[in-house]
Amino acid sequence: MNTQTERWIDVGYLNDIPRRGARCVKVPGYTVALFRTGDDQVFALEDKCPHKNGPLSQGIVHDGCVTCPLHNWVISLATGEAQGADEGKVATIPVKLEGGRISIDIGVAAVRAA
Amino acid sequence: MKKKLVVIGNGMAPGRALETLFKKAPGDFDVTIFNAEPRVNYDRIMLSPVLSGEKTFEDIVIHDDAWYAEHGVTLLKGEKIVHIDREKKTVMSENGVTSPYDHLMIATGSTPIVIPVPGHDKNGVVTYRDLDDVDQMLEAAKKRKNAVVIGGGLLGLEAAAGLQMQGMNVTVLHLMPTLMERQLDPAAGYLLQRAIEDRDIRVITKANTHEILGDDEVTGVALDDGTVIPADIVVMAVGIKPSTAVAEAAGLEIGRGIIVDDAMRTSDPDISAVGECAEHRGMCYGLVAPLYDMAKTLAARLAGDETAAYTGSVTSTKLKVTGIDLFSAGDFAEAPDREEIVLRDAAAGVYKRLVLKDNRIIGVVLYGETKDGAWFFQMMKDGTDVSELRETLIFGQGYAGGAPLDPTAAVAALPDDGEICGCNGICKGDIVSAIAEQGLSTIDDVRAVTKASGSCGSCTGLVEQLLALALGDAYNPAAVQPMCPCTDLGHDDVRRLIVAKELKTIPAVMQELEWKTSCGCAKCRPALNYYLVATWPGEYEDDYQSRFINERVHANIQKDGTYSVIPRMWGGMTTPGELRAIADVAEKFNIPSVKVTGGQRIDLLGVQKEDLPAVWADLNAAGMVSGAAYAKGLRTVKTCVGTDWCRFGTQDSTGLGIKIEKMMWGSWTPHKVKMAVSGCPRNCAEATCKDFGVICVDSGYELHFAGAAGMHIKGTEILCTVATEEEALEYCAATVQLYREQGRYLERIYKWADRVGHDTVRAQIVEDQERRNLLYRRFLYSQKFAQIDPWAERVAGKDWREFTPMSDISRLEAAE
Repeated sequence: MNTQTERWIDVGYLNDIPRRGARCVKVPGYTVALFRTGDDQVFALEDKCPHKNGPLSQGIVHDGCVTCPLHNWVISLATGEAQGADEGKVATIPVKLEGGRISIDIGVAAVRAA
Repeated sequence: MKKKLVVIGNGMAPGRALETLFKKAPGDFDVTIFNAEPRVNYDRIMLSPVLSGEKTFEDIVIHDDAWYAEHGVTLLKGEKIVHIDREKKTVMSENGVTSPYDHLMIATGSTPIVIPVPGHDKNGVVTYRDLDDVDQMLEAAKKRKNAVVIGGGLLGLEAAAGLQMQGMNVTVLHLMPTLMERQLDPAAGYLLQRAIEDRDIRVITKANTHEILGDDEVTGVALDDGTVIPADIVVMAVGIKPSTAVAEAAGLEIGRGIIVDDAMRTSDPDISAVGECAEHRGMCYGLVAPLYDMAKTLAARLAGDETAAYTGSVTSTKLKVTGIDLFSAGDFAEAPDREEIVLRDAAAGVYKRLVLKDNRIIGVVLYGETKDGAWFFQMMKDGTDVSELRETLIFGQGYAGGAPLDPTAAVAALPDDGEICGCNGICKGDIVSAIAEQGLSTIDDVRAVTKASGSCGSCTGLVEQLLALALGDAYNPAAVQPMCPCTDLGHDDVRRLIVAKELKTIPAVMQELEWKTSCGCAKCRPALNYYLVATWPGEYEDDYQSRFINERVHANIQKDGTYSVIPRMWGGMTTPGELRAIADVAEKFNIPSVKVTGGQRIDLLGVQKEDLPAVWADLNAAGMVSGAAYAKGLRTVKTCVGTDWCRFGTQDSTGLGIKIEKMMWGSWTPHKVKMAVSGCPRNCAEATCKDFGVICVDSGYELHFAGAAGMHIKGTEILCTVATEEEALEYCAATVQLYREQGRYLERIYKWADRVGHDTVRAQIVEDQERRNLLYRRFLYSQKFAQIDPWAERVAGKDWREFTPMSDISRLEAAE
């Protein structure tokens, strides 16, 4: 493991993401799913369900969770953990919302991916 | 000897008066009605839903021809009374028809005010008063584009919303700074304006109409400040005035309206007046509740009750525009001796204001949340001292005095004269005694007997609570499976309440039905979205974020996150040109798999999401549209070649299959719907395991329904046999519409039919011709909004964000 270095990258406006929806950001080596909840909070997860790698960005967003489109696993946006009886965890990516602009910490993400 | 009662006018007030009279004194009167309009009595409050297309004229008829016949009433349609001879006690119509009377009831209603600006008499300037006006507007909406509504009051806004829903560009001109200023304070007026503008209606306040432009036909409206607004139709909705001409000519005492006393008598004791034409204690009314009170009094008097008296009404207002909740009553101007209590919740769009004087409510404005309207209104009418409740008063009855949150507690606390149904003026006592005396046990019973909740339906919940209260455990509908953990309500209840409470958005459903989660879950949101799409065609705005990914992006997600694309092949027919285009698309976008499906079409598998719009563009260019292979909706109509080629074919099965598919495509249903048409009983198209199937026979078409060949395998049931293609199409659409209206989300046709019973389905589709026809028409109506190719829309740029990554920094980073 390397020492984690922060590397914040601006990826767009809050309003680029529909409420209760998601958009993708492609970063080196994988894809980040950026979620916007009904009350305008933003979360970032690796776009990969811990179950069978389903693209979480394509799921239905509800109450701080997303339901995977492939087999309906419910994943917490804040922790990346599968809810209910399912077990598994997807990587979370640090995300900041400032003045309507979103940035993610690619440095941490890059280390994680390495 | 029967007394001769003549009625001038056939609106809601005399209708109600006669209804009451026939109950109180059956057979006492020989009644003749002169109606200037050429039709029966209908519910004028419900003209707005007719204009918006949510209801038909038949839906709003109060008394049909049979009713008049049953009560021995002579109804003269299209006969306008022009003369009353009080000496001889006769009336005469424009066409010279005369009739003697012992008692005369004048119910001429009111006339819309037309402001006399230059150009007000051009073709295309209409008022909003009766069905003819609505027909004229509907006619205009078919051919024309721009509408201007002058007047931002109740009627004007309802007209504007209706015209907008008919597809017109609508501008509302309002003279005052805020909308509905007579019923609303400025803050609520502002919220209302925003809500109206949100539905793409332009609102111009402080707008002084200068002139209506055009030669013979209207072309626009010019304002005093020089602004010109193009218009093909101009609706004047600035107010009404009582119609008093014929009464005035007869020498009756007239003020603003025809002056009546507490017995509804005019200055001639043999003549009474009722409804909007009457002036009582200096007041003229234009709302239905007071008119019904007058009608009741008059009927009681005619039936010989010398004590019946009308003493005036305090009125409240509700706006009947879909999705906007608004209630106001009383006086809410600011004054030094008044206090106010205000609650605002901007995020929820709620604004509540109570105006108090001497610890009594004298004015109420509720916007966004109106369920406590009746409670505040009752206290206002009763002059209740609210000093003890003051601290929590604004939060409504649920909180007041620490009352329990039991939903029936609110209704239980209402006094017997507490109003439940504002449209029909029905009080709690009327309903409770009807339940007890006539042994009513269902909402439909109560509706039939008392009329409560029979007009706009917004009080259905209250009436149910009264039933629950009166019947106790006896009114405990069978325990239902909740839709999902977000609610205790089952699918059927949710659907019923969506209709009854006119809920037209997902947040409205969750708010009104008290969802336990802030924005639902992946189970209830798609279900609600479907119910709203199916219930409010053309009006509900589809919420893509509540659709499963396949329906959101109009392709099927695969296990690796790529998509499959299936263009429609009508009835399984294709052409060399289409096949060539499919081949070209497959090569151009490196689509790894091309597969023939079980539904007689071609599947392109492994398409990248970003490529979808470009793939669709190429397929569109070759004339193909989405096959909806991803939809809870019509998938395919399989056919065999039928009489075109087959030596056994009995009918043109391919042709009928294509016709069915052209009629059905684009429709949303509770679950997927697959169909087939076979040209003979050898059944090569496998129609007997479909949701709806047709087997052609020599004598016509054998219709099948409720089959399946998936997780469960089930042969179809026979619906009936029909002789013509037209009938086959109508029965097919009616069956699907019935399923659309009754099926629970994710319930296939066969499961729905099992649940409600195959015979029940047959009874509604086969035996009840009228119902079938209505279902068929409702299906066709909803198809007007559903048959838009979603691929073409997205090729044109709709929802483009869905198909584009928000940001791509993969290469940039890799280069470093």
